[in-house]
Amino acid sequence: MATKPKRRSRRITLERRAVVKRILKDRGDILVVTGIGNAAQDTAAAGDHDNNFYLFGIMGGAAMVALGLALAQPKRRVLVITGDGEMLAGIGSLATIGVQKPANLSIVVIDNQAYAATGGQDTHTSAGVDIAGIAMASGFAAARTIYDRAELEAAMADIRDGSGPCLAVVKVHVKPTPRVALPNDGTWTKHRFRKALLGDAAFE
Amino acid sequence: MAKTKSRSWPDEIWKVLKDQDVAQVAYVPDAGHTDLIKRCIADNAIEATVLTSEQEGVAMLAGAWLGGERGALLMQSSGVGNCINMISIAKECRFPLLMIVTMRGEWGEFNPWQLPMGQGTEPALEAMEVIVQRVDDADRVGETVASAARLAYDSGRVVAVLIGQRVIGFKDWRK
Amino acid sequence: MAKKPIVARRHQPWADDVHKVFRDMDVRQMAYVPDGGLARVVDLCLADRKMRSVLLTTEEEGVAQMAGAWLGGQRGVFLTQSGGVGNCINMLSIIQECRIPLLALVSMRGQWGERFPWQVPMGQAVPAALQSAGVIVQQVDEMDRVGETVAAAAHLAYHSFRAVAVVISQRLTGTGGRG
Repeated sequence: MATKPKRRSRRITLERRAVVKRILKDRGDILVVTGIGNAAQDTAAAGDHDNNFYLFGIMGGAAMVALGLALAQPKRRVLVITGDGEMLAGIGSLATIGVQKPANLSIVVIDNQAYAATGGQDTHTSAGVDIAGIAMASGFAAARTIYDRAELEAAMADIRDGSGPCLAVVKVHVKPTPRVALPNDGTWTKHRFRKALLGDAAFE
Repeated sequence: MAKTKSRSWPDEIWKVLKDQDVAQVAYVPDAGHTDLIKRCIADNAIEATVLTSEQEGVAMLAGAWLGGERGALLMQSSGVGNCINMISIAKECRFPLLMIVTMRGEWGEFNPWQLPMGQGTEPALEAMEVIVQRVDDADRVGETVASAARLAYDSGRVVAVLIGQRVIGFKDWRK
Repeated sequence: MAKKPIVARRHQPWADDVHKVFRDMDVRQMAYVPDGGLARVVDLCLADRKMRSVLLTTEEEGVAQMAGAWLGGQRGVFLTQSGGVGNCINMLSIIQECRIPLLALVSMRGQWGERFPWQVPMGQAVPAALQSAGVIVQQVDEMDRVGETVAAAAHLAYHSFRAVAVVISQRLTGTGGRG
């Protein structure tokens, strides 16, 4: 039944900052966990927010942090914004999440097919590894690979509101983006995040 | 703070790998190792494998040794923390393993999240009785990797060369 | 995902004390890779409707999950065998860096009458490896002290924003040893 994923050589038309900005437009009370590197930058560029928790380490851990959060807050939408390298480093977590089936969790993988933060080396996705395919095979409710604006718009309902877990890989340019200042003191962002989410209960 | 020297130490490491007949190199992309990775990829006599996570490399190089080939594993200090259990195979079977680690979180580091593993790399490795050889001078990198390689391959041990952040220089996100 | 406990109490009688601590401390999430040493604890958690237990593909996922649970306002407990500790050392960075509580239970192998040599390297390295990652290690090898140790560790972890691992001796878990 399983077939080899087709190598698609479609033109890359999307720019990462614009993609993340679109995904977070009118974000409401979405909770966001970012992966390391560009994903954190892109998310902050779209607007720093108390409901953002940025990771600057633990490569491979973003999706699982989001799972723990999603299970703790089933009434809130939880969104992961991460890169292809970071997702691959924790690829087993797609199976773990697929088994738990949190309806309120979406994962967006910004795939520039390179490890931008460490010199632009190729990743597995540039050789054809299909992260969306792995997600579907792991039991995700929806998973797709997005190449253009129309496909991104069509995916928005799933990403923001779909009964999950959902995953979307968005193929973007490898062009460098301007650096954004964002808080990287994890203790501070942890308290900020929990205070915004839990109010005084954060300090119990 | 200036880097200690021009970046010829990656070339020095590559020469050592050639001298030692290293046929396989496994790596997770890392800024500090960029030049060495490029060299290995370009070298037809070296099979360079990109990993999704560092522990894959420990297992892979055990397999390489079983197949009669020497290997080297390149990573950053944070990656060491992913390998600690996998090193059991090298320890248990007395496989040689040469780890070449670029250090973060110790010299002029600007990313606080690098500190835990930066400070924890040596004790974590020593908990598994890995022989740790630090080098903090660019012009000593070659000889340190050479001696570590001989120790690893000839004595069937796990040896980690820690290339100090002072040698790499520090990357600044803000630039 | 309620499941009837399948490991009899007589094999790991301390497990019930441990589960009671989880109840008392309102621990709501659990993460685990299947392990004989903690089998009854796992079973009691799986049968507990107040707890959400997550099956991991590899242990480091659990450390990240615990961080997420805390961000979301829930306490969790992470269960692992000694070998799994060695997969988690990097992931523990988030616990240290963000001062997020982590309560971990570690069942030991390679320590007391171990029959499988491959368990020994990581087994012997567990306390040092954990400490290298900033984890407070509390070892227990007496049956009637497991409950109180887990309770003390839980208080320390949740109230002091630290990682605390209760390392349960192979003498108590009865796995991989003689007979």
